[in-house]
Amino acid sequence: MVIDSSEGVTAARQLTRRWAAELGFSVLDQTKLVTATSELARNIVLYAGTGMMHISQVEVNARRGLRIVFEDQGPGIRDIERAMQDGYTTSGGLGLGLSGSRRLVNEFELISEVDQGTRVTVTRWK
Amino acid sequence: MDHIPILKMDNILLVSIQVEMHDRLALTLQKNLMTSIVETGARGVLLDITAVETVDSFIGRVIANTASMTRILNAETLLVGMRPEVAITLVELGVSASLKGIRTALNVDKGLQTLRTLLATSDIENSRYGETG
Repeated sequence: MVIDSSEGVTAARQLTRRWAAELGFSVLDQTKLVTATSELARNIVLYAGTGMMHISQVEVNARRGLRIVFEDQGPGIRDIERAMQDGYTTSGGLGLGLSGSRRLVNEFELISEVDQGTRVTVTRWK
Repeated sequence: MDHIPILKMDNILLVSIQVEMHDRLALTLQKNLMTSIVETGARGVLLDITAVETVDSFIGRVIANTASMTRILNAETLLVGMRPEVAITLVELGVSASLKGIRTALNVDKGLQTLRTLLATSDIENSRYGETG
């Protein structure tokens, strides 16, 4: 789905909540996934203006999980290591969006190129 | 546009968040709350988040800022009904640090009791100060 406004961030949260609930995640895990979604979706709106979120069920070795990709063609992240630090922010926020999201999921992958865009992929296993 | 009602009970304002709050709504609520405090002279705010399923770093910051703002306006904010999964997620997210110092209560009843006691005590201290000049 397209994320291009604060309403989009809300819609993204609801989408993740629906999928996570359907997959049978515990309420706690649902909350973690939805919160991570909120952080990453908000980043898209804040930095790129618009972007996409793809959500899918994944299964590896009989283990099921939820994989969500957040991608945009925005400004990209110049210093990825710095961006991943708690408290580092370029928008006056708390600086916990990326680092915090990483703690809320099992797998976290970030690919970014300056002036090209950013893609964050998170996965949570049941 | 939807809005969140602010109820007045004596000198306490009760805000119960029952809808999925998007960013603009959160900021509008913050502004309306400050206006209400000034207009009513309320000394306490009960922020009921019993129905809130998700608190991310943005909303966490709005809550933390709101508590600071109300304090400047001589009103104490009490956070009520935080869900356990929200509390756990907030700590893992790293937001709990900015929420440190905000009083919390399990439910509105207990929150009201706590606030009233708090205000009564601070009023006594304030008047005592006045006497010794």
